[in-house]
Amino acid sequence: MTKATRRQDRLTAYAFIAPQLAGTVAFVLVPLVLVFWYSLHEWNVLANTFTFTGADNYRQLADDPNVPKVLLATLFFSAGLVVVNLSLALLLAVLLNQKLRGTTVFRVLFFSPVVVSLVAWTIVWRFMLQDNGGINAFLDAAGVDGPNWLRSGGTAMAAVIVVQVIKNVGLNMVLFLAALQGVPQELYEAARTDGANAWTVFRRITLPLISPTILLTSIITVVGSLQVFAQIAVLTEGGPGTSTTVLVYYLYQQAFQFHAFGYGATLSVLLFLIVLALTLFQWQLRKRWVFHES
Amino acid sequence: MSRKGKTFLYGVLLLLCVPFVFPTWWMVTSSLKPNADIFGRSLWPSHVSFAAWHDVFTMQPFARQYFNSAYIAVVVTLGTLVMASMAGYAFARIRFRGQNALFLVVLTGLLIPSEVTIVPLFRIFNSLGLIDTHWPLILVPIFGAPSVLATFIMRQFFITLPAELEEAARMDGLSRAAIFRRIALPLARPALGAVAIFTFLTSWNLYLEPIVYLSSKSMFTLPQALTQFTDPYQGQLWNVQLSAASMTAIPVLIVFVLAQRQFIEGLAHTGLKG
Repeated sequence: MTKATRRQDRLTAYAFIAPQLAGTVAFVLVPLVLVFWYSLHEWNVLANTFTFTGADNYRQLADDPNVPKVLLATLFFSAGLVVVNLSLALLLAVLLNQKLRGTTVFRVLFFSPVVVSLVAWTIVWRFMLQDNGGINAFLDAAGVDGPNWLRSGGTAMAAVIVVQVIKNVGLNMVLFLAALQGVPQELYEAARTDGANAWTVFRRITLPLISPTILLTSIITVVGSLQVFAQIAVLTEGGPGTSTTVLVYYLYQQAFQFHAFGYGATLSVLLFLIVLALTLFQWQLRKRWVFHES
Repeated sequence: MSRKGKTFLYGVLLLLCVPFVFPTWWMVTSSLKPNADIFGRSLWPSHVSFAAWHDVFTMQPFARQYFNSAYIAVVVTLGTLVMASMAGYAFARIRFRGQNALFLVVLTGLLIPSEVTIVPLFRIFNSLGLIDTHWPLILVPIFGAPSVLATFIMRQFFITLPAELEEAARMDGLSRAAIFRRIALPLARPALGAVAIFTFLTSWNLYLEPIVYLSSKSMFTLPQALTQFTDPYQGQLWNVQLSAASMTAIPVLIVFVLAQRQFIEGLAHTGLKG
């Protein structure tokens, strides 16, 4: 390659990445710095005043009796979501991995909620989960008196988790299915010749071999669960009480319903630190597991 | 597998299908029931009524809202494809000074969920007078964090192209830009398809951003409009809501059924890289 073409190449490269780079700076990095800056301020939109308040917002964060509840709700939601999502995804993938006609049709059906508009999906579930809604009507026919799912403390969180799992479990199912199909058939045959039963084969051969996928999907699912907003807003509005108020929803309430923008920025900082910690943890793990990834 | 085993397996699969398929069925059939007898167990309306489908358009500027969602999603998808394929190509195939450092700068977009930066972005757009316009919903996804995932996916794809292809084109005197446009881009069709599906659905589903930035009904996008069908006492008009939800969900479902392989593989692939 001549010097001139190399120079031309470089210029092309800079031109190609310039818009993305400028966008990242303007819409990601600058706002990120501003989040920290705003968390030290109070901004009143109506009076249009922007005053430095030092660590006031952080003091409020430490004293806010809702914050421990919100963090606990976030933890419950994320943990519940990961456990239910991954177990169901694995179950569906194992079932679809059987030599059976028509598994493609079932794959499409299990995946279909992923492409249904999120709010449309959530509205139907809200409708079905009403006290006099479809689910309780069918339970009634079976002689069961169903609870008011979205309004009772015991069931609201479970309902939100289930609605979210069914919406998105198809993605993890497909990833697990690909991982299962990557397990060498010889291993299964060898185990069967040794007289191992199906459960032992699954536990001793399948699970260890797909463990990198389990790890990966669990991290993607946890990080995704921290961003869940529409489902909470439409299904429960964080209630009853604060039982389903997760961090993003609380942030939205504070900043955009109560117009406490400074405090909203402080909650954003908290959210950022949690996501950052999870991502760094993920990179550490990926490094360790890298020999499994192809 | 024995015959009995197969029957059992089909039974389990059919049972598991219920929560995945039934909501969509219930959404469409309930939208055809009058609001008075919308609660109950009947799987099919006693008499089919399209009144609620009609109400959707009289209660809100729904056609306008539909158009808003559609055009925003199309513009964001096209913009993202252009940005991500160019940046992804440069990072994958060209050597230049500062490459790794600049790539790290771009990757920070993957690290920072858009929910974290919504407060400062709101203030920025507020001071620019762009509140209650579609600009925040178009600019941020194309230039900000959401397109970084697309760039990353395009880069991963372009890295796999064999070097010989480009060397041959080089011999023929093609410039970098021409190699990108005439050789690399046509080969990248599967990756572009995956990015397009993912980006379109993300924009189509956006909820937090519209409710933060938009306040007038004629500017609303679909997800935001769907929750607004209430009577004057804030009671839910279920059949109208479900009609609007059906109109939002069905077109995408039809495209999905027609191109299910591309959808499933594309979305799973993009999900994994994120």
